[in-house]
Amino acid sequence: MSEEFSIGFLPLVDAALPILAHEEGFARAEGLSLRLVKDVSWATVQDRLLYGQTDAAHMVAPLAIATTLGRGRPAQPLSVPFVLGLNGNAITLRSDLAARVSPQGQLGDPALVGAALRAVVEERVAAGKLLRFGVVHRYSSHNYMLRYWLSACGIRPDKDVEIATVPPPFCADALEAGEVDGICVGEPWNSVAVERGAGTIVLATAQIWRRGVEKVLAMREPVLEERRAEVEALVRALRRAAQHFVDPAALGEHARILARPEYLGGNAELIERALADRLLLHRGDKLIHFPDFMFQYREAANFPWVSQAQWLYSQMARWEGMAVTQEDAARAGRVFRPDVYRAALLGTDEPLPGASSKVEGSLNQITAVSTQQGNMILEDNRFFDGRIFDPLDVTGYVADLP
Amino acid sequence: MRVAIVDESAVRASVIREGLAALEDCEIFVVTERRGLVARMGQIDPDIVLMDLGNPSRDVLEEYFAVSRVLDRPIAMFVDESDEESIGASIDAGVSAYVVDGFAPHRIRTILDLAIRRFRAYSRLQSDLAEARGRLAEREAVDAAKRILMTSRRISEPEAYAELRKTAMNQGRRIAEIADAVVTAHRLMGGHA
Repeated sequence: MSEEFSIGFLPLVDAALPILAHEEGFARAEGLSLRLVKDVSWATVQDRLLYGQTDAAHMVAPLAIATTLGRGRPAQPLSVPFVLGLNGNAITLRSDLAARVSPQGQLGDPALVGAALRAVVEERVAAGKLLRFGVVHRYSSHNYMLRYWLSACGIRPDKDVEIATVPPPFCADALEAGEVDGICVGEPWNSVAVERGAGTIVLATAQIWRRGVEKVLAMREPVLEERRAEVEALVRALRRAAQHFVDPAALGEHARILARPEYLGGNAELIERALADRLLLHRGDKLIHFPDFMFQYREAANFPWVSQAQWLYSQMARWEGMAVTQEDAARAGRVFRPDVYRAALLGTDEPLPGASSKVEGSLNQITAVSTQQGNMILEDNRFFDGRIFDPLDVTGYVADLP
Repeated sequence: MRVAIVDESAVRASVIREGLAALEDCEIFVVTERRGLVARMGQIDPDIVLMDLGNPSRDVLEEYFAVSRVLDRPIAMFVDESDEESIGASIDAGVSAYVVDGFAPHRIRTILDLAIRRFRAYSRLQSDLAEARGRLAEREAVDAAKRILMTSRRISEPEAYAELRKTAMNQGRRIAEIADAVVTAHRLMGGHA
């Protein structure tokens, strides 16, 4: 008799791992039966999780931290035993704007694109008609990545440009209707906008932070504690799904599964592009290959580094104008549960890092790291502006940001 | 008291509106249009906002409530800890509620209860309708299968029906399923049902 685990998700390409864990039998092999619950807003995914209609959820990472810290609603501690992937988002601008700020036919250098955008922003500020950007949620990595990039390029979010929430399925519409000038969203929604001629992709978020945490598997802390054995089984099933996800031979099959109406309900061809790290930047152009556009498995991508949770907290404090406190930084850090990940995968052939927290953005070359089990390397994990995040000094880091 | 019902389904919105119409001194505004939602909220200046859980604009509205300084009065998700049960019930029913801070809890409860009842009634209506549609489709399939058997095997209508029923009983399946199979097979062979 298998234990049922219900998982809420939004129809996005990076909901792939729970879907594949179910469809490819990895959950069943671990004695679990997954029930996937599809919704169309993060608010509803969050409500179902908090009020027990689901056991776990595919979630934008900052929302798990915001929920724990009681931002917007009374605090409820969430736990993240597994990261569902890094990056996979892009910034798409209205094509006339893109033509002014980015090179044709390729992704530009983030600093140069930002400098060119700044000139446009200054014109618009002078004209009293600010540029408007859409992000998928105020507590999303999309929001923090976009803001990080803009401010590092001398553009002040909320002052020089407006940033508003636009649900992913409406992003292409909003660009087309001129409600926004740019969007930062996951796939397949950039590609949908490009295919419709509504915009041009100018940057992948992986260019802003080479290894930025994106979606996580979140659950209520008491559920994680009560169902610890099943949660560990789920971690193992998801890790097998991640391993399978990166198998080039399985791409087409994965895209077809994800495209089914009960999951993403979209175009399998567009989905397969994202899975293969291929992007169509502008309608009529050729596809380009951007390695590690989505980053779902290698280099222990699924390991919930405490430092990643704390970087997200640093951005939350930064943009909400709240003082950084040791207590909140520690609470945010505790949302990510490397201990559960380790316990689940100890004794498997999966490498486990020796540390649970690291200095983010410090590596510019392939580096072997000490492990608890197996061999592991980490590659370039820099931020585009070269800043380094030391989780031991969140206050100093935030104070030093532009 | 000003209540905004945000629902992309105009039918459901009017079902809820009707449910709340009995309340005294209650002014109801229905918003079905996605575009300009935030501006519309600013005009309505509601005390309570009811929104279906399947509405993709929930994140937009929540952001507006969280960061907007357009409204003089802060709006919060209906999250009084003592009302866990009400919230649970509203989520089960498929409706979320946002309430101006400091609004009398018993008045919220009355409105929410009414809304929940209306949401449930609406989903019952929907499932009845789906069931009725399903039955109609089944009857059409059975009729089509009968016609196929009557033509191809030159038997009468009662005989064709008896044949379908017998096959269904032998295979432990429903007549409609057998009828579907007959129609599908017939189409695959190039026939028109």
